[in-house]
Amino acid sequence: MTALASVPWGVGRVFEHRFLQYKRSYRATIFSSFLTPVLFLASMGLGLGTYVDASGNQALGGVPYIAFLAPGLLAAACMQSAAFEAAFPIMAGLEWTRVFHAMHATPIDGRDIALGNIVWIAARMLLVAAIFTVVIVLFGAAESPLVVLAIPVAALTGVAFAAPIVAFSATQRTPDKFNALFRFGITPLFLFSGTFYPVESLPVFLQPLAWITPLWHGVALCRGLSLGIIGEDPVMAVVHLAVLLGFVVVGTFAAIRTVNTKLLRG
Amino acid sequence: MSQTLAPAGAPDVGAPPTPDSLIHARGLTKRFGELTAVDGIDFDVAPGESFGFLGPNGAGKTSAMRMIGCVSPISGGTLRVLGMDPVADGPRIRARLGVVPQQDTLDTELTVRENLLIYGRYFGLSRAEVSKRADELLEFAQLTERAGDQVEHMSGGMKRRLTIARSLINEPDLLLLDEPTTGLDPQARHLLWDRLYRLKQRGVTLVLTTHYMDEAEQLCDRLVVMDKAKIVAEGSPRQLIDRYSTREVTELRFAPGVQETLDGQLDGLAERVERLPDRILLYADDGEAAVAAAHARGLEPEQVLVRRSSLEDVFLRLTGRSLVE
Repeated sequence: MTALASVPWGVGRVFEHRFLQYKRSYRATIFSSFLTPVLFLASMGLGLGTYVDASGNQALGGVPYIAFLAPGLLAAACMQSAAFEAAFPIMAGLEWTRVFHAMHATPIDGRDIALGNIVWIAARMLLVAAIFTVVIVLFGAAESPLVVLAIPVAALTGVAFAAPIVAFSATQRTPDKFNALFRFGITPLFLFSGTFYPVESLPVFLQPLAWITPLWHGVALCRGLSLGIIGEDPVMAVVHLAVLLGFVVVGTFAAIRTVNTKLLRG
Repeated sequence: MSQTLAPAGAPDVGAPPTPDSLIHARGLTKRFGELTAVDGIDFDVAPGESFGFLGPNGAGKTSAMRMIGCVSPISGGTLRVLGMDPVADGPRIRARLGVVPQQDTLDTELTVRENLLIYGRYFGLSRAEVSKRADELLEFAQLTERAGDQVEHMSGGMKRRLTIARSLINEPDLLLLDEPTTGLDPQARHLLWDRLYRLKQRGVTLVLTTHYMDEAEQLCDRLVVMDKAKIVAEGSPRQLIDRYSTREVTELRFAPGVQETLDGQLDGLAERVERLPDRILLYADDGEAAVAAAHARGLEPEQVLVRRSSLEDVFLRLTGRSLVE
């Protein structure tokens, strides 16, 4: 594993480049990272929540709907942002501006480029999750101080999507399939992974689908932390965490592979 | 110090001694599935030399450059760059190369100066060092006034100059330029040639590909002509012209339809006669004599041009085809 000795250096340079790009647009992204949760929590948490709470919230574990919903939205928002970041900027670097090919002409190699981008997405997701969590607290929708730990967990959920999507993006020459990815992948997950209601409300045959996607695990962890009930089932918490980490590790190895293949082919 | 003999099959003209070569290739091959892009080529590039790959699109020039640049694994043969093996030492070799790819790979979201700064960081340079070099290179590329502009809004010529400036940020031992002036207008090309000529005078080793004759003649001390994945000739521009062409070339253009009726009437007018679709080329050391001979036979061309032989003629002779179609 001598090759790993140089990892932090090259990855750091790629991260630095992505940060330099980000400095041009950070105001707009921070504003939207703030606005998205405000809009969702106001309309669904407060608006819809009034009706949900009025009809009894036993199925939600006896907490107000907004407290149930907020951590789910947090994990889902990270999934969506991370999926976007893993699709278009990767295609840009490999196919449009070809900046990643420029990096590859230096001592930087494909592994550094794949890892640097994934680490960058992780950092971006920490920021998205932190802003979202502040909004949750401002809405009074956090039941436990453990909600602070939901920030890294939500970011991890994002990376669990980002790593395999980076791997996929590097195999594509055009963004044609990204539409399908978002329409038939990310959006249905957003709707059916327990974000808005417990997965147990779904028809039994659909429930296993939720279990195999990272979002459900991320939602369950964030919710457990925000509601302060994570300790009630520590075994499941470890399983959730293991699934998310599994997606990150496998996705990252796949991304290193596909990014390298693309760079060596030109 | 032992004297190394050139291996059998090595090019006989102008080949520098192997031990000092910055690039050493024997039987170098690149295959993409069924397609053989580079088919067993041999060449050496000596320090300080300006070496060119000349050939039409698809001849294998870019594939050869990408292998030298250690971003494309070789499929066969031997390749040493800066004395190292691209497979084992890719990053170490790339640390000492400057690369100007055929397609611009600038970060169009960043400014001119930021592109240089971040690129220097890839070579492990400190921010202070990279900042100093960026200022010098902006001056060299005549982009100082544009330093704060976003790259997206620049002309093709400026982007090329920035790409060349960027390739010099690590003070490379070897500069690889893949079609550096393709797509530029004549003024932008001349400015670029001037910059490259200065680098050459400073002793930077240049390796470039081109399908422009004038570019090869201006910049290359020595070149190889590539066609269909193989090297078909090697030498200095002058040597190649001497060997494969005559001192002068006479171009005859006839009224439409006339050229097709001249069967047999052109034989023996010159050392060699080439028929192109729109004109006839007479290869003879004395062009005026060839014109006189044509007139003596009663030929009445509409236009006559006597010119010096160029690499274009060499290419036509070697491949039977024009270089730029």
